[in-house]
Amino acid sequence: MSTHEIKHVPEKTSPWPLLITLGGIAMISGLLVVVAYQITRPMIEANQRAAISRAVARVIPGAVSHRAFVISREGLRPAKKGERGNIIYAGYDKNGHLAGIAARASAQGYADIIYMLYGYDPKCRCIRGLKVLKMTETPGLGDRIKTDPDFLKNFQALDAKLDAEGKDLEHQIITVKHGKKRHPWEIDAISGATISSRAVGRALNASARRILPLLLPRIGELEKAAPQDSKETRP
Amino acid sequence: MSAIPHREPQEKQAVTWDVFSEGLWRDNPVLVMMLGLCPALAVSNSAINALAMGLATTFVLITSGAIISLLRRFIPKQVRIATYIVIIATFVTLVDYAIQAISLDLYNALGAFIQLIVVNCIILGRAEAYASRNPFGRTVINATGMGLGFTIALLVLGGIREILGAGSLFGFDLFGPDFEPWVVMILPPGGFIVLSLMLVAFNLVNRRLGGGAKQAKGHGHAA
Repeated sequence: MSTHEIKHVPEKTSPWPLLITLGGIAMISGLLVVVAYQITRPMIEANQRAAISRAVARVIPGAVSHRAFVISREGLRPAKKGERGNIIYAGYDKNGHLAGIAARASAQGYADIIYMLYGYDPKCRCIRGLKVLKMTETPGLGDRIKTDPDFLKNFQALDAKLDAEGKDLEHQIITVKHGKKRHPWEIDAISGATISSRAVGRALNASARRILPLLLPRIGELEKAAPQDSKETRP
Repeated sequence: MSAIPHREPQEKQAVTWDVFSEGLWRDNPVLVMMLGLCPALAVSNSAINALAMGLATTFVLITSGAIISLLRRFIPKQVRIATYIVIIATFVTLVDYAIQAISLDLYNALGAFIQLIVVNCIILGRAEAYASRNPFGRTVINATGMGLGFTIALLVLGGIREILGAGSLFGFDLFGPDFEPWVVMILPPGGFIVLSLMLVAFNLVNRRLGGGAKQAKGHGHAA
């Protein structure tokens, strides 16, 4: 008889089964997510490192290895793993000489923020390469900032000299209308993608103004910090 | 004893071909049930994105369906939706990490739509309508069919849009440099246009198939 009565008890819905079910499932879920995170983290980090290596090699001609540094008013120091902030990548050629510096830049484009990496060559004091890392610009229009060969020609030697005091750019980097480029510090816009082209100019200008005055006085430190093993690419 | 009604009469049914195939054609999630159209339209701008989205959704459909089916007798009905969502969100998070581990480019291309699989109506819909009432085997087979139906619909949609809008398929150039891409096809309006044409074609084929059968039936009646 007693077992018969117990059978009817759950109909009254005690809160415990509900709590135990939800709590139990949530706990198992939490465990699974943490395990998945732990397993995939090294692979995701390796992917990110590989992506940065590829991008640095793209924007610094001749670079075979790179090291990451954090630049601030206090000076230059090697970046720790996973660190954020003013990170620059010093690229070294196969003889271990400084080939150039890569830095991040970003600006609001037409659809969303455009993230890019650009390469600065201290010898010509100009920007020598650009790679768009992430964007959601309109396919066929704005996304040509990544592929348009004429637009990318702007970044073969885009002037980024500092002024006499070394506090700011001598000439602000500016995007001009398609076909109106007259000076080496101007970017010739893509016709039909002016907003995206201007975003690239704004991003480069803002990043160069912020980073170059801090960086250029210390460029000798980067030259000395060349990796012993030229294969070293750890950030 | 026979007077006691069976709680889940469907469970007695055997696993038939129909259990698997209803998701492929008769109840195709995209073309018939019209579920999950938001990711279907948003990420079908290239074949590879469509394929990745389809496979990720299939994985979540199968795994969450399997777990919900196994636990269906233990989950009190008052908290079932909350429980399903927690289970679904867990598997979506696993897929999210897996895609990041496989390819960051693919992950960036799919954007927020991987995380949004959690709220894809196909998955919660199948959990509530099927997995919670059917045994493990049937649920897994049905979910596989549904997932493949979703993947194939997305792949066709993405393939057509990529061919017309970019002149390529899976990134391989098809027409050479003289092809002028029909850019609108990879923009959102192209998604709606191609989907509507696919629906027209699907319904024409169905009418021809089903119409023929009905006609034969009608003749039988008349006779």
